[in-house]
Amino acid sequence: MKQLLKNKLAVAALSILVFLYLIIIFADFIAPYSKNYSDRERAYAPPSQIYTINERGKISWPYTYNYIREYDSNLMQTVYKQDRTHKYRIKFLGKGENYKFLGLIPTSRHLITTEEGGCLYLLGTDINGRDVFSRLLFGGRISLTIGFLALLVLFPIGLLYGGISGYFGGIVDTIMMRFAEAVMAIPSFYLLIILAAILPPNMTSSQRLALIVVILAMIGWAGFARVVRGMVLSIKTQEFVLAAKTIGAKPLRIILKHILPQISSYIIIAMTLSVPSYILSESGLSFLGLGIQQPDASWGNMLKEAQEYTNIFYRPWLLTPGVLIFIAVVSFNIIGDTIRDILDPKKKDAN
Amino acid sequence: MKLIKYILKRIIQVIPLLFIVSIISFFIIRLSPVDPLAELRLNPSISQEVLQKETKRLGLDKPIIVQYGLWAKSFVKGDLGITSSGEKVSVKIKERVFNTLILAFCVVFMTWITGIPLGIISAVKQNSFIDRFLMVLASVGMAIPSFFFAILLLIFAVKTGWFPVGGLTSYNFSDLNFFEKTLDIAHHLVLPVTVLFTISIAGLQRQMRANMLDVLDSDYVKFARAKGLSEFKIIFKHALRNAINPLITLLGFEFAGLLSGAALTEYVFQYPGLGRLILEAVMKSDINLVMASLMIGSIMLVLGNLIADILLLITDPRIRT
Repeated sequence: MKQLLKNKLAVAALSILVFLYLIIIFADFIAPYSKNYSDRERAYAPPSQIYTINERGKISWPYTYNYIREYDSNLMQTVYKQDRTHKYRIKFLGKGENYKFLGLIPTSRHLITTEEGGCLYLLGTDINGRDVFSRLLFGGRISLTIGFLALLVLFPIGLLYGGISGYFGGIVDTIMMRFAEAVMAIPSFYLLIILAAILPPNMTSSQRLALIVVILAMIGWAGFARVVRGMVLSIKTQEFVLAAKTIGAKPLRIILKHILPQISSYIIIAMTLSVPSYILSESGLSFLGLGIQQPDASWGNMLKEAQEYTNIFYRPWLLTPGVLIFIAVVSFNIIGDTIRDILDPKKKDAN
Repeated sequence: MKLIKYILKRIIQVIPLLFIVSIISFFIIRLSPVDPLAELRLNPSISQEVLQKETKRLGLDKPIIVQYGLWAKSFVKGDLGITSSGEKVSVKIKERVFNTLILAFCVVFMTWITGIPLGIISAVKQNSFIDRFLMVLASVGMAIPSFFFAILLLIFAVKTGWFPVGGLTSYNFSDLNFFEKTLDIAHHLVLPVTVLFTISIAGLQRQMRANMLDVLDSDYVKFARAKGLSEFKIIFKHALRNAINPLITLLGFEFAGLLSGAALTEYVFQYPGLGRLILEAVMKSDINLVMASLMIGSIMLVLGNLIADILLLITDPRIRT
């Protein structure tokens, strides 16, 4: 940990991640709107401009204008114009929609809002007139936690599977490993979309989330189990395992209590290293419309709207989730790389 | 002779593997609540006769084990059934597999001819500015979601008009002569290849760097240095050969990653490859097509690994013992 903090790049990555996770924890408070707030009158409104200098050239309290939708018959499309007749001042800790702070304390204070009647879309709105900025925060809740959830499902399976296979060896090992190899032989993204596609459509969003987590875990366990097996193979001939055997400990007890704790450091590394790949998988799946479904937000399904050319050209704010995915994954990768470097014995000698 | 025996042994090992793959994919799909012929029934242009033939071919009235047997039998024979729009699955898959292979070969070729030199540079100039720069570039390439990058490139293509937007061929493709046809395909391939190249270059470059560092640290390189060989000769005559060998194993993995990674890229670029085919099939719940492309995808992956293994056997005599 100390070594990790010595590396400037790793510290930067870690701070970014801490920042992102804090933001999604306090999403209800920070976001001006709730996840399901929608203003049908203002679909695809551009980001609100915030001004700090008033029309007389003096510095004033930050304010914004509302957008009004108009149809431009020359361009044959709807355009948004600022309604300059009424200023709305930005309010900090103002009242907005009701929510429960951290899921416990009911309140209606939001970090940033406007005066009554004003709209504050920091990153514009989507097709349903929902605030992109707010949805980014709520979407982050799913996108940034789903990797860890999948790992929680995958690790016990992989550990036990690899442990049993490596410990017993022989025909058990052969059969179990052939099966794991077969799972690995199916191109993982193909398997992912097929599993996601056969989910029954009439599920609640939390059920769906749980199943997506399970599916992500189904892809990753085989590779993990194989590595665990390799490590168990090398550990099981050591004396303490023999000692446990002579005392008469049952195989499962030996695997769980004696062998698996030995490889716990590997588990921690594998955890940080594989989180980004799950973030990418989830976003890819949701991007195709097979993952997290509307009205729930995830960074992947928010990017779904970026599939249309008109959106990319005229509404570039819809691309922001992609930038966030990128930032999160880069940060995870940098931390993973740093940890790997620190634990690499060869590199230690060099220093 | 010994080499041939090893290769044969390795090939025979593949057969049970594919058998298990087929069981897994069959049961995943068949145990799901999707009716395999639902789409076919909805299509008015499919006659009752064809439907009955398909029901019989899939053995839908029989227990699931028998169904698997029937399916496997027809698969081995090369009869993959028909798609929901009534075309032959085998014909459709054949052209898609070819397209995906073109894409994969281009990407592998590009990554190898750039990744290896870059890896060598990083290793030789370890911890220099250029090494760090390449490291950062690699992590950026690895982290950008493929579909997002593809979208950004599409914007670029539309704005500049330098590249065609999606597809593999232009509308006037059939009027072109052979040379123009090749050029046309290459033109369409640039963007998808760029996306996949960006994603897969990082792994190769890093691996090459690590291998090279390992090799440069070994006794025979130290000996060569002590002998007074030039650094150029040491790197290209002694170190390089040994550093490249482990990369051949990576070739198999890279191919696997490409198959999966290509699906999203193909989807965004509307590239007619296997990945997009399986996506379309999944969306339309076209079971015959899904099953077949899943199997073909797995076979390609297994074959890719097999070829990598055989290449390694040929280049590295130590493994044969």
